Amino acid sequence: MIEITDQPIQVQSCIDAVQSERAGAVDVFIGTVRNHNKNREVVRLEFEAFDGMAVRKMRELGEEASRRWPVEKIAIVHRKGTLEIGDIAVVIAVATPHRKDAFEACRWVIDTLKEVVPIWKKEIYENGEEWLEAHP
Amino acid sequence: MELTIHLYGITRDIIGSSKKSVQLPDGARVQDLLEQIRKEYPSLAELKSLLVAVNEEYAEGEVVLTGRDDVALIPPVSGG
Repeated sequence: MIEITDQPIQVQSCIDAVQSERAGAVDVFIGTVRNHNKNREVVRLEFEAFDGMAVRKMRELGEEASRRWPVEKIAIVHRKGTLEIGDIAVVIAVATPHRKDAFEACRWVIDTLKEVVPIWKKEIYENGEEWLEAHP
Repeated sequence: MELTIHLYGITRDIIGSSKKSVQLPDGARVQDLLEQIRKEYPSLAELKSLLVAVNEEYAEGEVVLTGRDDVALIPPVSGG
């Protein structure tokens, strides 16, 4: 399950998608929208994605994770559009036979997603807005 | 050749549109495109990084562009 969606992410669907009789562990990362960043109060976020390339890169992350760890199944779902405080921006669920691999693979996928997948986050403040990471 | 460049995030804000037509000499490379577009929009040079995707893959500066390529500017990503 690899998706970019403009609808609220259903965490249970992601968990259901990685069910496997060979798995003894499912690790789930849920990225949510927080109300502050670098001492500024955040009102909401806007996510924009280069859909085709983003899905392609997310699929590559799933394949690479499966080469590095014994991944039975993986789900990577990222939201786009306008998100309010507390909304879920991303869910990664990884099923492996043993828990250590599930934790490691899940962490690697979210860390690498943040570096390579063409998705952009704009923070909206009471008195302005800013694309994150854009400037040094 | 004429290329249509797709723009996202801060590059869309800087250029003021989600697409831009660019005229480049035949045989132009990714680095030629970057050089030309930075000349036209100097604020692009202030970004932490600016990559180019050709046909939905990150492309090195030496990659030669053709009129059929699907080209996008990729400012620093910030998903997750």
